[in-house]
Amino acid sequence: MSNTDMQTQLLSDFQAYQNGLNGKAETPFNQLRRLAMDNFSNLGFPTTKHEEWKYSNVKKLVEKSYNFHPKSEAGEDELSALPIPDLAGNILYFINGIFHPELSTLQTPDDKLKIITLSQAITEFPDLLNEYYGKFTDNITESFTALNTAMANDGVVVFIPDNTTLEEPVIMRMIGDVREENVGSFVRNLVVVGKNAEVKIAESFRTLGEKSGFVNAVTEIIVGEDARVDYYKVQDDNDESFHIGTTQVYQKDRSYFYSATVTINGGFVRNNLNLILDGQHINSYMYGLYIPDKKQHIDNHTLVDHRKPNCQSNELYKGILMGKSTGVFNGKIFVQEDAQKTNAYQNCRNVIVSDSATMNTKPQLEIWADDVKCSHGTTTGKLNDDAIFYMQSRGIPKQEAIKLQLLAFAEDVVSQIKIDGIRNYLEVLIREKLHGN
Amino acid sequence: MLKISNLHARVEEKEILRGINLEVKPGEVHAIMGPNGSGKSTLASVLAGREDYEVTEGTVEFLGKDLLELAPEERAAEGIFLAFQYPVEIPGVTTVNFLKTAINQIRKYHGKDPIDAAQFLKLMKQKAKSVKIDDQLLRRSLNEGFSGGEKKRNEIFQMAMLEPQLGLLDETDSGLDIDALRIVADGVNELRSANRSFIVVTHYQRLLDYIVPDFVHVLYKGRIVKSGTKELALELEEKGYDWIKAEADAAEASVA
Repeated sequence: MSNTDMQTQLLSDFQAYQNGLNGKAETPFNQLRRLAMDNFSNLGFPTTKHEEWKYSNVKKLVEKSYNFHPKSEAGEDELSALPIPDLAGNILYFINGIFHPELSTLQTPDDKLKIITLSQAITEFPDLLNEYYGKFTDNITESFTALNTAMANDGVVVFIPDNTTLEEPVIMRMIGDVREENVGSFVRNLVVVGKNAEVKIAESFRTLGEKSGFVNAVTEIIVGEDARVDYYKVQDDNDESFHIGTTQVYQKDRSYFYSATVTINGGFVRNNLNLILDGQHINSYMYGLYIPDKKQHIDNHTLVDHRKPNCQSNELYKGILMGKSTGVFNGKIFVQEDAQKTNAYQNCRNVIVSDSATMNTKPQLEIWADDVKCSHGTTTGKLNDDAIFYMQSRGIPKQEAIKLQLLAFAEDVVSQIKIDGIRNYLEVLIREKLHGN
Repeated sequence: MLKISNLHARVEEKEILRGINLEVKPGEVHAIMGPNGSGKSTLASVLAGREDYEVTEGTVEFLGKDLLELAPEERAAEGIFLAFQYPVEIPGVTTVNFLKTAINQIRKYHGKDPIDAAQFLKLMKQKAKSVKIDDQLLRRSLNEGFSGGEKKRNEIFQMAMLEPQLGLLDETDSGLDIDALRIVADGVNELRSANRSFIVVTHYQRLLDYIVPDFVHVLYKGRIVKSGTKELALELEEKGYDWIKAEADAAEASVA
């Protein structure tokens, strides 16, 4: 089984790494990794028999071979081929999952924003890691998350102290360098936002080259009491790429978390966005936009776990499906017994532009509290012919009319993005993509 | 300007227009009346190019061109404007953005550069005033959440902006109270000129008190069965459609 081939390769990589640790093997950090690896080797890669992977088949991924320890020579010259114009703020570059401080620019002073590598954090901030790292991710049943927890040994901790408002956003640019060969990488970042602090964060995924990249990414975001976080995940990878990523958010009392997950391109994309609302009077917003074409496959799984009373969550995901693409939306809302007075709303709207595209949607509400307001809705349909004729009757050609409607459909997710450079970049990409179809 | 000859059209298997003949000269206003289901709205839709209808026979010549050969957007660019009976709501597209796109597409069709932004705004302000439409309304999504009257005024506003050669008004009076009706009619009358024509489709004579037609035609079972001047409309208002139906049915029976 080729499934086991990749698994065997990863296990032996892990063992080799463990053998080289010389006495550091007993740190709590490493114990977590060993536990995660045990879980991964028991779980293996999921098949479509697994309920959470019913519509997303990773067989093609595990049959490929990847170099998990590539050397990338990509420097500023190569990265200039992947511009995001007018991007301002703290810009961190990661190539194949490895943080490159020499390519990165930090604007915010060190007392307001700390960026340290994971390995530094193990020795310098063990308490912070012990408190948060891997504490809210599911390393038990989620095999890709377990694998990431076991394998990731680079990446950064982003720390924003209490009562700090960051004017400049934190932008993490994840570049997959697949010019020479298929490359597998584990991206792992931990963002800790202190009490009453405020920050805007973006993660941008891009590919350099034509080969296949397998990105297994986990980002953990801790939103402290009264803190406010805006988080944008934007993806524009090549058609050969596999992206399996989890964003795990943990929110404390009175915090605010806003996310927009925008997938423009990628061969196979699985985004998990999990929110734990573990405090009162929390506000959470989850927006998403995906516009696959060709044979692209984009799967968004979201989970909001309401654990305490008086919180509200609001979710809107929108898809435009073209070509032979497939889309998946699975939205879970849990309202625990304690979480009275919860307001939770979920909506997923899709436009199917081509007869060969398909969309699978599954809302899943599990409510144990009795005094709550919850609603969900999904729609999947074609563009409104009446609206197209109406536009044509005013002189707008059919193709333009379709584009105008699709842009309007996409607009309300993107227009809310508060990092100008990211918003403008996405607007251009969306226009280009809709224009080409 | 417009010459319709022996026009037949159907939806799926149902023949709705069964031989329409009509000529409209520059500056004329023609009213098309008739009972429900007679084909009035179909005629307007066919002229604007709606795909749901299949033209099976006949010709339509507009300003020397074969209208039926043109796509809806080309007809619009050539100067045809349809004011919809049920204007469509388009979320996310503002009226301003929509009209700017429309005007620029029509200009492109005629090989002209896009309209200057300042000039466009000036034109918009002026035309909005003439149909008493609130500037703020135009910055909202097209027709979304508009009242019936606002939607119809928006149609006339768009017509004023696009300055067509031939305006087709499809039951523009339906659902309007008398004040709204007057505003809409005033907007249309302001656009009347020696070289702009109108076809006004209506069920009731009421609208024709305000938009006074040169000719009135009665459509029944897909044919024009009676034509006259504005007095015909008054007669219909008084006597209803039954006498015309009876006349037409008798004539058809005698032919058969």
